[in-house]
Amino acid sequence: MSGTFVGMPAFPEAAREAVADPTLRGNLRHATHTIRAKRAAAVAEMSDWVELREAGRRIKDHTLRRLDRYLVQLEEAVTAAGGTVHWAADADEANRIVTRLVKETGESEVVKVKSMATQEIGLNEALEAEGIRAYETDLAELIVQLGRDRPSHILVPAIHRNRGEIRDIFRAEMGEWGRPAPEGLTDTPAELAEAARLHLREKFLRAKVGISGANFMVAETGTLVVVESEGNGRMCLTLPETLISVVGIEKIVPTWRDLEVFLQTLPRSSTAERMNPYTSTWTGTRDGDAGEGDGPRTFHLVLLDNGRTDTLADEVGRQALRCIRCSACLNVCPVYERAGGHAYGSVYPGPIGAILSPQLRGTGSEIDASLPYASSLCGACYEVCPVAIDIPEVLVHLRERVVEGGLVTREGNKVVLKPARGHAAERAAMRAARWAFSRPGALRAGQRLASRTRALHPRTLPGPGRAWSAARDLPAVPAEPFRDWWQRTNGGTTEEGTAK
Amino acid sequence: MRVALFLTCVNDTLYPETGRAVVKLLTRLGVEVDFPMAQTCCGQAHYNTGYRHEAEPLARHFSDVFEEYEAIVTPSGSCGAMVRELYPRMGERARAEGRGEALAATLAPVVPKTYELTEFLVDVLAVTDVGAYYPHTVTYHPTCHGLRGLGLGDRPRRLLQAVGGLELVELPGADECCGFGGTFALKNPDVSAAMGADKVRNAESTGAQVLCAADNSCLMHIGGTMTRLRTGMRPVHIAEILASTEREPAR
Repeated sequence: MSGTFVGMPAFPEAAREAVADPTLRGNLRHATHTIRAKRAAAVAEMSDWVELREAGRRIKDHTLRRLDRYLVQLEEAVTAAGGTVHWAADADEANRIVTRLVKETGESEVVKVKSMATQEIGLNEALEAEGIRAYETDLAELIVQLGRDRPSHILVPAIHRNRGEIRDIFRAEMGEWGRPAPEGLTDTPAELAEAARLHLREKFLRAKVGISGANFMVAETGTLVVVESEGNGRMCLTLPETLISVVGIEKIVPTWRDLEVFLQTLPRSSTAERMNPYTSTWTGTRDGDAGEGDGPRTFHLVLLDNGRTDTLADEVGRQALRCIRCSACLNVCPVYERAGGHAYGSVYPGPIGAILSPQLRGTGSEIDASLPYASSLCGACYEVCPVAIDIPEVLVHLRERVVEGGLVTREGNKVVLKPARGHAAERAAMRAARWAFSRPGALRAGQRLASRTRALHPRTLPGPGRAWSAARDLPAVPAEPFRDWWQRTNGGTTEEGTAK
Repeated sequence: MRVALFLTCVNDTLYPETGRAVVKLLTRLGVEVDFPMAQTCCGQAHYNTGYRHEAEPLARHFSDVFEEYEAIVTPSGSCGAMVRELYPRMGERARAEGRGEALAATLAPVVPKTYELTEFLVDVLAVTDVGAYYPHTVTYHPTCHGLRGLGLGDRPRRLLQAVGGLELVELPGADECCGFGGTFALKNPDVSAAMGADKVRNAESTGAQVLCAADNSCLMHIGGTMTRLRTGMRPVHIAEILASTEREPAR
């Protein structure tokens, strides 16, 4: 697994490999079940969880409905605090802006806070193409970067790796990027963490430019918030002279008071912590703060759209923009647990990825058109979501978009999508079923035919039915359908007898 | 009380013994059961696969067939959830598409009076001991749409606990999906089969002879996996357990 997500096969093919990999299955099962149980316990402690969840939903919906207003308010506040705001319509524009800003500092390396937005736009690759090296400093992102791998989880991107694999990656790769792993490194967590600490420390002390995302942006004061567990993020936010933050436009909350809700729900939903270990907030630059305190002398905020306004235009799909990237939906998802994160072909895997990627990127590619089907609609994701995103509802809505096409917004314009290719046989089957089900007589004729020919039914099915019979036996067709029994026995009141 | 049995197309075609069990059980409890012969399918497979507009005529047909009854009882958590949760949503979507109130108004009457079987027993008839006898070790799998869609809670387990001779054993990971998911089973067969195999292994670990659920479509997937993996366990719909008595035991 390396490189980018372009040209991914559809989800079912991508998942097949993961399902057949016992090490990966074991790693994922262990990790998701552990965190699942911890989250459930952390949430159960809160007597007002239902109210907090509802408050979170409402704050996000309120903000999204007035996003134009809050974005301008935020821009004014950030500017007043000494920061510079840039607007990026898409990934290319955001990458161009960040690359230019880094080049203006004269530096050729940057340290990075764990950030989904910069992964979404492929910033590291864009910087590399311009001769700038980006160092990931989150422990798990470091493992992914050193392993020339891709993240497979929003919160714990190296969830697919076990301790032994991490030790091997550190031993083989750390020296390429900076300070090598200590001699005789074992796979104990403390030793692995110490190796990472030593490796990263020299990066923190040397770096002149930091790049981050943000979990929240408070419109009233222009404050950005990063919520993390390691303290490595805070190193990047406070030590470098220049800080560039790339943040999706949906990350706004109007006030500090609104933030309070999410600082309760996010840690419990993501890492099952009662309180988040490192919550960093910054407003503009150190100079804006009368030269006091920590933080950068130069601060740039790049506000990223990249499909978000288009998503906002869809009245069913827009709820995906409430997401606070907690990963609770990944950790409870039975499909994610078996398929792993890479199969989703996006930095956003799992249930939330299955509704975000096809909206942010459109349903044009094979992988994006297959993602809405990467769910059994079991509803576990919706149940745990701290902002009540009805993921199954959006999945079904996007399935409709795939098979029926219809009106969508792309780059701000209304366009009519054609139905996706490859669904013609299914569409015909659905129409035929609708026809038969609209006529009880036709249904009955079909049932009788199935019953009377049952001795001839094969044990395995040809064509698309093979997908069923490859792993499961077929049910035996009964001698008569229920409705024939009902009629023959007058609702079971006369002699039972047997079917003719 | 005169209720309509909405058996579902899957049960009607493949699992008539579940239908016979519901009739036997409800009749024993003094309920007059009718099976409207014009019934077909609620449209769930269409809706959940993305063919909402194909599901609409089926929903209208459902409403035409069942509107006149006091209560509609179905031995399927997912088809029950289709009517109760998704019919109102279909009405809302039609409204949002500028097609007015017609669909919402047509579907509204059947929504509140549709009950999944265990809900009907516990909430409407207010019984948990239905006088059943089933001398087997049973583990119960709560199917997703019943558990999270309808919020069946502990109703099925309370009914099972009251069955004479029945030993109920806990299923590890009970609330995890079995991997059926309608067309998901065909569109993502590898993941679906892996989920099914894990469910069956968990069921086997209980030592139970029978895995019971309130939805035959999930049981079709679990049962098909059980025989393929040669476990010796049987899938049985809860209606068949509750219908079984000492005088007339289930097979």
